[in-house]
Amino acid sequence: MRIALFITCLADAMFPDVGQATVRVLERLGHSVDFPAGQTCCGQMHVNTGYQKQALPLVQRFADVFEPYEVVVAPSGSCVGSVRHQHQMLAERFGTPQLVTRVRGIAAKTYELSELLIDVLDVTDVGAYFPHRVTYHPTCHSLRMLRVGDKPLRLLRCVDGLELVELPAADECCGFGGTFAIKNSDTSTAMLADKMRNVLSTGAEICTAGDSSCLMHIGGGLSRLRTGAKTVHLAQILAATRQEPMVLASGRQDAPPHSGPEAVL
Amino acid sequence: MSAPVMLGMPALPPTSPRGVGNLRGDEKFPVAARHALADTQLRRNLGKATGTIRAKRAQVVSEVPDWEELREAGRQLKVHTMARLPEYLAQFEGAVTARGGVVHWARDAAEANAIVLDLVQAKSVDEVVKVKSMATQEIGLNEALEAGGIAALETDLAELIVQLGHDRPSHILVPAIHRNRAEIREIFLAEMEDVDAGLTDEPAALAGAARQHLRRKFLSAKVGISGANFGVAETGTLSVVESEGNGRMCLTLPETLITIMGIEKLVPRWQDLEVFLQLLPRSSTGERMNPYTSMWTGVTPGDGPQEFHLILLDNGRTAVLADAGGRDALNCIRCSACLNVCPVYERTGGHAYGSVYPGPIGAILSPQLTGIEDNASLPYASSLCGACYDVCPVKIDIPSILVHLRARHTEAHAAAHRVPSAEATAMAAAAWVMGNPTRWTLALRGGRLGRALGRKRGVIGEVPLPVVKEWTDARDFARPPKQTFRDWWATERGRT
Repeated sequence: MRIALFITCLADAMFPDVGQATVRVLERLGHSVDFPAGQTCCGQMHVNTGYQKQALPLVQRFADVFEPYEVVVAPSGSCVGSVRHQHQMLAERFGTPQLVTRVRGIAAKTYELSELLIDVLDVTDVGAYFPHRVTYHPTCHSLRMLRVGDKPLRLLRCVDGLELVELPAADECCGFGGTFAIKNSDTSTAMLADKMRNVLSTGAEICTAGDSSCLMHIGGGLSRLRTGAKTVHLAQILAATRQEPMVLASGRQDAPPHSGPEAVL
Repeated sequence: MSAPVMLGMPALPPTSPRGVGNLRGDEKFPVAARHALADTQLRRNLGKATGTIRAKRAQVVSEVPDWEELREAGRQLKVHTMARLPEYLAQFEGAVTARGGVVHWARDAAEANAIVLDLVQAKSVDEVVKVKSMATQEIGLNEALEAGGIAALETDLAELIVQLGHDRPSHILVPAIHRNRAEIREIFLAEMEDVDAGLTDEPAALAGAARQHLRRKFLSAKVGISGANFGVAETGTLSVVESEGNGRMCLTLPETLITIMGIEKLVPRWQDLEVFLQLLPRSSTGERMNPYTSMWTGVTPGDGPQEFHLILLDNGRTAVLADAGGRDALNCIRCSACLNVCPVYERTGGHAYGSVYPGPIGAILSPQLTGIEDNASLPYASSLCGACYDVCPVKIDIPSILVHLRARHTEAHAAAHRVPSAEATAMAAAAWVMGNPTRWTLALRGGRLGRALGRKRGVIGEVPLPVVKEWTDARDFARPPKQTFRDWWATERGRT
């Protein structure tokens, strides 16, 4: 299947490893991945901060860029949530009826990674190898907006060598919330403190999730407190194999995804 | 309301007036929250209480096989009622009057307080008993009565504690949640007349002291004041749903009963109560059914109050109704399930919101009742996690309304100011950059400058710049990568 990758503005700028990992997983499963370079951002930040009209060109761009594709995937529950739940609202408010129809059609074929793998590609074991103790944080948008349910857990359970430990109070928000982390930084940090306490209580080395935004927040806290635990995106875990394992270089959040020779794909 | 009205455009309905009532705080939420977060006793009390109620609610809801259908029915009934509110209010007024009640219409808090004061003073009493009522908290009735020389005695135990402690409620359902029993004992010893000096802080002893104190009041009160959980348009019936029995006392013993009810509390028919009486107790106290549900219609000669006055309160509700994107906030049945699951409320408590309606529902209702500029920080007091929407018994989409109110706020600000705010400017700049892939690609490459930081530990630590420091005060930040994803794709994959 030919799959278009929506990298998300955050991963494009800060976490390219997550995008590379997503590509690697899908190509390993025999699919071809396209990265239409005209993409930029889904507009979630603007909408959630109260700047809806400013997000309209971003909605239009998303529609223009991804319309030609049969399937679109993003390694982010929150961005897919925005596409599915906010793009139509914006099109109705500021756009044309034609845009509303287009946007609705594209939303129907845009998937978060675990949704794509399990619902569309019908695969649970992606042939990954990740010999670490891992706990999974279900991000709020994946949990309550997309309702991905246990799809990420099912994928993680098939990862060779991975010791999966349940996260206590997993359903509780980590406190990121986009600009909430800046505007209400004290409350955001208080929520982070409890999320970190729960992560550390599992004894896991790695906390994973399907959203780089939450991971950036949780990982930033784990790093600041020198806890000895770190965050890794679900895509990166699924991309790691015995042939090309993920090396978690000590103390470096931006460790390269694999230590072996560059994969020739 | 400061925006100019354009020729031909209808003016928006008035919001709740300033200077009366308890819908506005003194501090913006982030500042108030900062203080509350440092209160370790509050954190502990809240964490424990909300955790307990959450678990109880989840348990009793799981027992109901058609819970989701009930929620949808509750939602539909409320939406239907709001769409025909004037018609149902007229029907309700007719039904109450036909059964001997007197209906008064109060545009706002000041008018409602004046009506109540007149009614009470006409009875030549200097003391009234009250059933817990959020509407009366909202309008500041007790303060207004006191200014008129009337003592309004709260009979709900938690409201009594708040009143004797000269405090404000911090939760819709359990207003004294910020107090522990040692504090309550101290308050009773200091403020309760005829209290036993040897009072302990055992819950049973405290409840016993309150019971004795209140029993005297119930038996002597001539005027009772209540709110209402529901009003039935078809029959003119009012209902109070409670746990302690003080409601039953205040609604049946005094000669005169005055009820203040927000106009949104209507349900169309008697049979509709079946839906709400299943939704409310399980959602609020986590009980299958609450101990006392009272219903009364007008006046029954020789039984109960012989004079009944109903005050219908607007106080900004029509303004809420006028906003299609925000009006679902009126569907609220005041269960407080959303407060109990909110991770923000759990840590900051109710006082930080500044209004008697705190938490998720407060964040969407208070700004709409007062006008957004008076509660501008509340719609942002949320991480949009959505836990509230999942538990709301009438399916109010609180996260969407929060996003809607954020837009209303920025749009009102832009309309009222010629110079855009710093935030609006930054967001416009971001939208401009993101609006074009070439600009975006170049901007991302510029981000690599950030690699000057964080060499020592491989992550960026504290950065003492405004805005940035809000993040880095508590969290590390990843160093920007050597290469963005799109540059990697273009070079490694040989395609653009």
